Amino acid sequence: MRVLLAEDLFLLRDGLVRMLEAYDFEVIAAVESGPELTKAFAELTPDVAICDVRLPPSHTDEGLQCALAARRARPGLPVLILSQHVEQLYARELLADGNGGVGYLLKDRVFDAEQFIDAVRRVAAGGTAMDPQVIQQLLSRRQADRPLGGLTPRELEVLELMAQGRSNAAIASQLVVTERAIAKHTSNIFAKLGLPVSDDDNRRVLAVIAYLDQGR
Amino acid sequence: MDRTKARGSLIAAARGLALALLALVGSITLFVLSVVSIALIPIGVGVFTTPFVLGFVRAHAQQRRQLARAWAGVEIATPYRPFPADVRRGVVGQVERCSLLLKDPATWRDLRWLLTDMTAGAVTAILAPGLLLEGVFGVLLFAGLWTVLGDGWWYAFIPVGGWGSAFLASLLGCVWITVGMFANPYLVRAHFKVAEASLAPAREAALGARIDQLTESRHAAVDDSAAELRRIERDLHDGAQARLVAMGMDLGTIEALVEKDPAKAKELLRQARQNSADALTELRDLVRGIHPPVLAERGLGDAVKALALRLPIPSDVDVTLHGRLGEPVESAAYFAVSEVLTNAVKHSGAERIWVDVHHADGHLRIAVTDNGKGGARISAGSGLTGVERRLGTFDGVLAVSSPAGGPTMVTMEIPCAYS
Repeated sequence: MRVLLAEDLFLLRDGLVRMLEAYDFEVIAAVESGPELTKAFAELTPDVAICDVRLPPSHTDEGLQCALAARRARPGLPVLILSQHVEQLYARELLADGNGGVGYLLKDRVFDAEQFIDAVRRVAAGGTAMDPQVIQQLLSRRQADRPLGGLTPRELEVLELMAQGRSNAAIASQLVVTERAIAKHTSNIFAKLGLPVSDDDNRRVLAVIAYLDQGR
Repeated sequence: MDRTKARGSLIAAARGLALALLALVGSITLFVLSVVSIALIPIGVGVFTTPFVLGFVRAHAQQRRQLARAWAGVEIATPYRPFPADVRRGVVGQVERCSLLLKDPATWRDLRWLLTDMTAGAVTAILAPGLLLEGVFGVLLFAGLWTVLGDGWWYAFIPVGGWGSAFLASLLGCVWITVGMFANPYLVRAHFKVAEASLAPAREAALGARIDQLTESRHAAVDDSAAELRRIERDLHDGAQARLVAMGMDLGTIEALVEKDPAKAKELLRQARQNSADALTELRDLVRGIHPPVLAERGLGDAVKALALRLPIPSDVDVTLHGRLGEPVESAAYFAVSEVLTNAVKHSGAERIWVDVHHADGHLRIAVTDNGKGGARISAGSGLTGVERRLGTFDGVLAVSSPAGGPTMVTMEIPCAYS
């Protein structure tokens, strides 16, 4: 799998390249600034791009803007955004086109290589990987506002993991239950929240996040 | 001549009459009392009477300032020095008050104004009704009044002795009335301009006041930044730094244990990773408190939007900014909004919050409104005092409107330009 990487801190860039290569990814370019990233997007065809939000020379949200521009040019181009902080504002912008193939994670998540690589693969496959912090913010805000239509604590747990973009199988292994049990929980959740049932995993996740984010 | 103009002129005449009465009765009485009271200070009695008399003088001057604003739109600055909070009670306090009052240049300006008010002020004020009355009197002469008054009556420069000269007098009267119709509002305004010239502090005094204010806000800024650095130091020392030490220690132990007791080493590894994750979280919170990343990346508008998204209360954010503002202003404005929002969430019991951010006429204007229970005050320890002080460094101001029962509206205004 071909990866385009944009990260300005040498240590982190180097570490990410080594980690990705250890998991059999091919890093086709590892750039360190916004203009280089724009050029790379124009010239290369990565299967997934991993970008830091903040890049030189402006040290503003250049990485995010480059990635969004690239996705506008090639809808559905898988992009995983890394940042030292997560903001719902950015998450919303990333999810706005509804195309999937989007990830938004704290840099801390690279600590757990397995889970990080899983997120990269998910995004590359057109899925979603939202940082647990984003989802927690959405949930706590949502619950202060209006409780989530009588979900049981277990269903809330499943909802949280589902909103992060995990598949039923991944949720099942994390909660140590069978996949069938999770399938039952998810159909309950969809019924209670009044969301349309969809077979497509990614559509399902986007619907849940949109539901949590509404009414602001 | 249209009716509104005639009405305006009549109102101005009535106001002129009122002002003339105030000037002649109020100012003369108060001036005499003040002079006598101050003259009596050497024998002691004056020490006790002067503060009272000067209190009346100030009230008298304040009333004129209010009238100037209401009647002619003339703003006259109020330059009185505030009494220090620790003025003593009783006889000693009275002496202290008396000497503070006499040291205040504004007191002497007040006394000077009493003099100009009873002379130039009274004359400009009395001219307004005077022109009209004198004009009407001239017309009445021609209407037959001259026969009653008898021979040798002078109307201005006209000796009235027959119908011919009475007619001339009435013509002159009409001229007076016409002049009065046009000039009356200006005469009232002139009266207030005279008052302004005597009452308003001179340029040096204004500069002095500005220097006092700058000194105070600079002290506040220095104190604030010192306290901020101290807080950051403490947070780093007790937080991230301590965790890194613990991590290094754990790694050392792991090195020793890795062959002897791999299970224990693995557990320590997990602990070290947890410590590094916690250190990162703490650093992230600290950074957010120093300069929020969204502010650096996106500017004030999006930073306020991101802030609102973190609130437990639903909010509407409306931003109209055409570019970035200076970094210090953005940062000050951000933390001010943050504090006001925190206050609203904690104390107002509101169900919804509205934030409006826009830039107009060289000012950044921010309004935070909530539909809570109201009763918010800028008082010691309310958090709003700190906001007011920090905005003061930028010549910014804070206003709170919060009647009991709500809604609460906090408005902030900072003079600044796009960068």
